[in-house]
Amino acid sequence: MNDMTRVERAVDSKDIKINAKKVQVYYGATHAIKDVDVEIEDKTVTAFIGPSGCGKSTFLRCLNRMNDTIDICRVEGDILLDGEDIYDKRVDPVQLRAKVGMVFQKPNPFPKSIYDNVAYGPRIHGLARNKSELDEIVEKSLRRGAIWDEVKDRLDAPGTGLSGGQQQRLCIARAVATEPEVLLMDEPCSALDPIATAQVEELIDELRSRYSVVIVTHSMQQAARVSQKTAFFHLGNLVEFGETGQIFTNPVDPRTESYITGRIG
Amino acid sequence: MPILWLILIVSAVAAVGYVLGRARALQSAGGDSRNLHSLPSFYGANVTLKILVPAFGLLIAWLLVQPFFVNSQVSGMIPESAIKEGSSRSLVMAEVRRTAFGLDNAVAQGNLTESAASDAQVDVIDVTQRLKDAGQVVTSEITQPVLRAAQSYRAMSATGYAIMSVAVLAVAVIGAVIGWLQTNAEYRARNVVEQGVRVLLLAAASIAILTTVGIVLSLVFNTWEFFKLYPASDFFFGMTWAPSFSGRGGSSELGILPLLWGTLYISIVALLVAVPIGLFAAIYLSEYASPRLRSVAKPLLEVLAGIPTIVYGLFALLTVGPLLLDIFGDSGLGWMKAGTAVMTAGLVMGIMLIPFVSSLSDDIINAVPQAMRDGSYGLGATQSETIRQVVLPAALPGIVGAILLAASRAIGETMIVVLGAGAAARLSLNPFEAMTTVTAKIVSQLTGDADFASPEALVAFALGMTLFILTLGLNVFALYIVRKYREQYE
Amino acid sequence: MTDASMQSPETGRHTISLTATDERTQKRARAEKRFRSYGLAAIGTGLFFLVVLFTSILSQGLPAFQRTVVSVDFTLTEPQRDEAEGTLFKTKAYSNLFVTQLSKELSERGISVDFDEAAIERLLGKVGGTIRSFYAENPGKLNEPIKFDLTASSRVDGYFKGRVSRDTIQDSRFLQKSDLDLVDALEEAGIIKQAFNWPFIIGADSGVDNPGGAGIGASVVGSFFMMVVVLGLSLPIGVAASIYLEEFAPQNKFTDLIEVNISNLAAVPSIVFGILGLAVFIQFMHLPQSAPLVGGLVLTLMTLPTIIISTRASLKAVPPSIRDAALGVGASKMQAVFHHVLPLAAPGILTGTIIGLAQALGETAPLLLIGMVGFVARGYPDGFLAGFTEPNSAMPAQIYTWAARADVGFYEKAWGGIIILLMFLLTMNIIAIILRRRFERRW
Repeated sequence: MNDMTRVERAVDSKDIKINAKKVQVYYGATHAIKDVDVEIEDKTVTAFIGPSGCGKSTFLRCLNRMNDTIDICRVEGDILLDGEDIYDKRVDPVQLRAKVGMVFQKPNPFPKSIYDNVAYGPRIHGLARNKSELDEIVEKSLRRGAIWDEVKDRLDAPGTGLSGGQQQRLCIARAVATEPEVLLMDEPCSALDPIATAQVEELIDELRSRYSVVIVTHSMQQAARVSQKTAFFHLGNLVEFGETGQIFTNPVDPRTESYITGRIG
Repeated sequence: MPILWLILIVSAVAAVGYVLGRARALQSAGGDSRNLHSLPSFYGANVTLKILVPAFGLLIAWLLVQPFFVNSQVSGMIPESAIKEGSSRSLVMAEVRRTAFGLDNAVAQGNLTESAASDAQVDVIDVTQRLKDAGQVVTSEITQPVLRAAQSYRAMSATGYAIMSVAVLAVAVIGAVIGWLQTNAEYRARNVVEQGVRVLLLAAASIAILTTVGIVLSLVFNTWEFFKLYPASDFFFGMTWAPSFSGRGGSSELGILPLLWGTLYISIVALLVAVPIGLFAAIYLSEYASPRLRSVAKPLLEVLAGIPTIVYGLFALLTVGPLLLDIFGDSGLGWMKAGTAVMTAGLVMGIMLIPFVSSLSDDIINAVPQAMRDGSYGLGATQSETIRQVVLPAALPGIVGAILLAASRAIGETMIVVLGAGAAARLSLNPFEAMTTVTAKIVSQLTGDADFASPEALVAFALGMTLFILTLGLNVFALYIVRKYREQYE
Repeated sequence: MTDASMQSPETGRHTISLTATDERTQKRARAEKRFRSYGLAAIGTGLFFLVVLFTSILSQGLPAFQRTVVSVDFTLTEPQRDEAEGTLFKTKAYSNLFVTQLSKELSERGISVDFDEAAIERLLGKVGGTIRSFYAENPGKLNEPIKFDLTASSRVDGYFKGRVSRDTIQDSRFLQKSDLDLVDALEEAGIIKQAFNWPFIIGADSGVDNPGGAGIGASVVGSFFMMVVVLGLSLPIGVAASIYLEEFAPQNKFTDLIEVNISNLAAVPSIVFGILGLAVFIQFMHLPQSAPLVGGLVLTLMTLPTIIISTRASLKAVPPSIRDAALGVGASKMQAVFHHVLPLAAPGILTGTIIGLAQALGETAPLLLIGMVGFVARGYPDGFLAGFTEPNSAMPAQIYTWAARADVGFYEKAWGGIIILLMFLLTMNIIAIILRRRFERRW
């Protein structure tokens, strides 16, 4: 756990971006998330950790209502984004997801060109008034995705032809192209090799300057490396939530301690 | 039916062989089946297989070869002078065979005695009259050479079948003896029987190849005959389809182009109906519909696929045709002259193809990984944007394959066009005019009175050949696309 | 962390409330709705066609199951018989007796209408012949009242079913306008009425100008014999071929060739199989034309690919662990397949076979080419074996023949035939569904 000290800790307090209160999630009869309260800050990387099946991914998908696509899934409680309930009837999930972007476990570029992959979001949301503006957005997003230098000469090549790590950075670039305020990442490095993982982690740290990033990860080292805040989930409960350094060095709950020392999980 | 008796006798020999083989095996093991290499039943089965396979193999081979042999022998007996002007040896042989069958039936009915039927000196006119009395179809007056040939045809066939019966029984008995002699405790009956069954299974699987070979041979052979009588270039590039009904006159114009155009036009109309409806139905069912709606609507749509095409044909002729005539006919817009038209057949064929397109597209849309959709939703795309810009482009090759398969169905469809499209072959752009197709003409040329040796009948095989190659090409191409598409997401 | 102010962050992003939808979002939501409605409309159109199809089948086919019957009490005394037999035109004498008796009966009920023997023949066909042959067969029935149920001609039948009306009718040798007065009178007297049309279900095809007498029974028998052939050949061959391909076939060129052939044959147009049947079975092998045996052979070749494909799917669905378990106790591969895999796959195989049979039962085009057209179905075969080789038709071919005839009276028969055909198909599919529900195993 030496590398933990390497991460510069953000000590100054920030705005609260997402505020979840008493969130319950049911899959049919299964109670998947129980009574979760969590506050996610702006310009911070928040990590969700916990053993498999603990509900961390489920909870993440609640934050931009991706669970709407699953018929049997039901969400109760309040999740506020900038003080507005995202499960309000008047909220269009489409608009919500433009604000709360998402990057998935497996890189999932569309079977289109690299350019079209990134331009897809801006196009559907009407962010560019003309071709040159769109070009600008694409370039800016690819730069933010730290992949511009690798693909700038072959923007017309299919996105599916890139390597795994490049695909994932392309997906991140695609996500930031819609100018989201929050970026959700569901185990973004689990399908990548160590070098690609390092590149993506570096990228996440850079993204922190503009977005609130929430990352679900299996790897405690990764959580320690990239996040400022960590939430530990276990069997659908939020066991502990706090500064990453504190969670890893001085956990309050015995279950957290068991997990980070490798006794459960 | 002597062949039936032969089959029954061989089967009985096989059954006895089973019992004997089993008993001999047990006996050789001193009555204790544990001393045997295989289970006792395998020894019985060994003997049975050795009886049935060669005996029935010989029977089938003999039945296939004998008519050939007799035909060529008898054909050689007909003198050149007996073949009339404009006729051919094969036509006379057909006459001979008809007469021979007629004699058989007349004898069976008692109108003719066996001795009279085989007497070479018998009066031709009398025999002809007796055959007519017996209700046998005799196309023209039987001539002396024809009757002679028919009589020797009968005689040779009868001798042939007698030899065949003896040979088959002999083979069965030899098989039984060999199987029986082989049987002892050390004999590896199970391995032998299993190897034999394996060969039988392989033979069953090979029937698919035989069928294809049969189709190709019957098409190629008859098409070749046709091109000997009618120039191939006129067939492929002729703009008129006007077969003469008189028989074998040289006045027929048999150009395939008007038929191909009708086939294509009707198929296009059908696809214009089926593809949008089927595709949108598949999209709705796989992306939007609640499980309840899906569980009701999907099987209901598939009912359309289970309805025989004759029902659609009648629907076109008696319901859709008159309905369209009311709207577009003289009482309405005045574009349509009769109920049978390209539009009628195309529309009904389109209805038939809806479930075909929708269930194929449904499979293909479902094969697009969910991750692709998630990626799009995660960016804030609506469902329709996701479908139109991500799912459909990803599924496009598969959907193209499905449409090609539907097109091949439309091209090969027969009953709807026979009843709904009309009979006139014409090259026209008006969809409310009657046109005809390749399939419809195959039916009309082969069910009419034309002689099988005339170009008017043989043209059907050339049409069939064209149809076969066309649909085969479409299918192979479509299946290739669909397979490539599936591999991409596996 | 205590500051939860809602002020925009200093990045300059202006935050729009989630609940306030801008114009673009509204536009996109409308596009979404539109797209969704296209889908619903497509399904609706498909179902609409289904409803139209079934409505026209039922509305036009159900009348075929009703026939119009004239039932008359008729008594023939012995002297009357002897007198009639003594005349030159015997059947005409019987007809005259019938006309006399009928007018007496009508006048008893206070109905007066003029009609002659020719009108009766237009209405009921050759009544005299029917009566004469009845008494020739049953001489004991003389002197006692007998109830004759005589089928009315198809035009009279059409008059009752609304197909023919006084306005549309044209005088012909089949029916004249004046005959309708007699029909009305008979109806008033309760002599003419509608009855269930048994002859349609059990009868055979009639001549081209007698739609009233046409029945589908003989062609049902033809279809039955064909299905016996198809089942008897395609089930064993299909199962054997599937077992070979799924369990034993080595990976080589020959196996590939078989596979390619099967998948292509499944998509070959049915008419091509008809050409194959004509060329190979009739021209080459000289099997009898129009025989259910040949029809069955052609349909077998056509259904084999379907059955092989579904059987292979059922065999594939049996998990490999079952095979491993059998091999583990020392069974040979052949024993593992025949003792364990095949019984477990049997329900699926049966379901697939029934569906293949249903498909074969409705097939028409190849039958036309081998001569199984409707008009050969003029009678029942003489025995079980003769059923395979005697000329006969099949249900769909019979329906086609009726549809292709000029007389409109046959259209009703064609629709009626379709109802019967669909009932057979429905039964087969229901059996398949029940089999699947009952025996389907989820591994």
